[in-house]
Amino acid sequence: MQKMPAWVDVVVIPLISLTIAFILSGLVILAIGENPVDAVRVMVTGALGSTYGWGYTLYYATNFMFTGLAFAVAFHAGLFNIGGEGQALLGGLGVALAALFIPWPHWTIALLGAMAAGALFGAAWAAVPAYLQAKRGSHIVITTIMFNLIGAALLNYMLVNILRPTGQMDPASANFPPATHLPTLQEMFSAFGLTLFRGAPANVTLFVAILACVLVWLLIWRTRLGFEIRALGHSEPAAIYAGISPVKITMIAMLISGGLAGLMAINNVMGEAERLVLNSVEGAGFIGIAVALMGRSHPFGIFLAAILFGFLYQGGAELSLWTSVPRELIIVIQALVILFTGALDNMVRMPLERIFVAMNRKSGPDAATQRKPAE
Amino acid sequence: MDFATILQILDSTVRLATPLLLACLAGLFSERSGIFDIGLEGKILISAFFSAALAVITGSVWIGLLAGIASSMVLAGIHGLASITFRGNQLISGVAINFLAAGLTVLVAEAWFRQGGRTPALTGDARFAPIEWPLSGVIDGIPVIGPIYSELVSGHTILVYVALLAVVASWYVLFRTRFGLRLRAVGENPAAVDTAGISVVRMRYTAVAICGLLTGLAGAYLATGLAAGFVKDMSAGRGFIALAALIFSKWRPWPALWACLLFGFLEAVGNRYQNIDIAGFILPVQFMQALPYILTVVILAGFVGRAIPPRAGGEPYVKER
Repeated sequence: MQKMPAWVDVVVIPLISLTIAFILSGLVILAIGENPVDAVRVMVTGALGSTYGWGYTLYYATNFMFTGLAFAVAFHAGLFNIGGEGQALLGGLGVALAALFIPWPHWTIALLGAMAAGALFGAAWAAVPAYLQAKRGSHIVITTIMFNLIGAALLNYMLVNILRPTGQMDPASANFPPATHLPTLQEMFSAFGLTLFRGAPANVTLFVAILACVLVWLLIWRTRLGFEIRALGHSEPAAIYAGISPVKITMIAMLISGGLAGLMAINNVMGEAERLVLNSVEGAGFIGIAVALMGRSHPFGIFLAAILFGFLYQGGAELSLWTSVPRELIIVIQALVILFTGALDNMVRMPLERIFVAMNRKSGPDAATQRKPAE
Repeated sequence: MDFATILQILDSTVRLATPLLLACLAGLFSERSGIFDIGLEGKILISAFFSAALAVITGSVWIGLLAGIASSMVLAGIHGLASITFRGNQLISGVAINFLAAGLTVLVAEAWFRQGGRTPALTGDARFAPIEWPLSGVIDGIPVIGPIYSELVSGHTILVYVALLAVVASWYVLFRTRFGLRLRAVGENPAAVDTAGISVVRMRYTAVAICGLLTGLAGAYLATGLAAGFVKDMSAGRGFIALAALIFSKWRPWPALWACLLFGFLEAVGNRYQNIDIAGFILPVQFMQALPYILTVVILAGFVGRAIPPRAGGEPYVKER
């Protein structure tokens, strides 16, 4: 029996959780001696008040769409891929190698090549934990955490010892050749003497991310593979009974997940920095978890949640620029969002369920049976 | 490499292993009761901050220690609330706690001290002082034993010895008391424990509270014993190394001690030598940093002695109706 209508689960619960998280964030701002209303105003004007702000918001959102989708695909298969950070880091390495060492004639081809390289490296970094989970039963959470840390060390080594040009002090690769420059939104949309998105890093990969949202939706809900992924996530014994191989689906789901996380690098490494730097991912892999939880692992929800977090990131940056609230405020907000939409989900759900059960009882058993077919 | 160098490395091994050991035992209690805890890192961090902050403000390291333990236990309480009472996903809760600590520590540090997310340096009574054992210095003249005694055995802060005692205590509590038997049973088969008339919820909350206490000690040692003050993100992955050590030791106290000493040793060697040259082949420093994680993956893969976690780990317990 369904205790609540579907819209409560999809819309009302996340909104209540989000509201609680934001109220608590406001209290945190109050506690450190700042005015929450002013803070919100600074954040909204900074992130949404100009096309420049939007350019940054959308840039961050692009990152989060990729990592959110990455987490969601694995989550549908019942796998907790906490390794998006490491996979995106390695994706950056793939993109950098492709951009630096292959002479691309035009950015369109370079983008396709970099996408392939990023996805390949990201997927490869997810492959070992996936194999260990599928074949050896090692817990994927622990292995992906370890691979995040190993990935960070590997990238550190690559940048300091191998990719760093001679004579350069900071651990970063050389600048990518001009042919790999991706058009920014400013270059794409400014016309007739009107400059939009001036200087903002949002670029053509935003549309790749939106396309990825559509493709993941098709994959999960409109293909046989997607069905098998969801079946495994709901019940492994049932999936085995239906002839679905858990080993195969675990591997495929994790490879897709790692590939999506690796794809993020076309935005931050190729689109924005145009070279590979240390810690290029900046926690986006972990924000993907929050984004996917908020978006209920649905690509459209992830799209909206990614824009929300993009706004929080850009707004937080503006906040630290204009007030004495440090940038870390967004980490607190992010933690509260993960806590309330993820771990404390039942805190909101249980009372709501009780209310709906009570309402159903009040309207009588006849009304309940009549409503059934309509659902 | 001479004797004095070896002794110095072993000395810093003990120091660096201490926070790992405390956090590892913390995870041991939590996970043995069936509550996965990837939030060790966050609890260490928040305790490191509040112990250093209160030590700076009051000038007493003991008040700092209490504040650190209290803050870490608050986070443990949140984890318990999410994973026991509201039967949420324990992994998600752990991730949230790590972020909460990473953000809150810098935010509060900025608001209180305005030094870029750090506390002022601790001096005097605001730090744990090394304890000189009797006769250290006197018997230095005796070859080998003298220096080992005064360098390695004597001269650590009290929390180092507390950590070592905690190994013995954990072993005794978990494997020689009724409470320990119940705690382990709750992590393997909570329904059986429930049938015996013991509250699963209370057992798990107790375990989570012990976890908070021990991570509190780990964080306080980090900021007031090992270092002299809090800096942003100072836990630097130690919670995850402790988690790795926990798997390495297969959720047992004594092996946890050896695992933490091994990982502490790797860190000590990595700190001392940037690149290690083994017969012409140069091991980069990054490899040394990643070695604990690589070893853990190898262990997890089950090629060298398989690690099997407590059976009911990660699953919320729902009482039958």
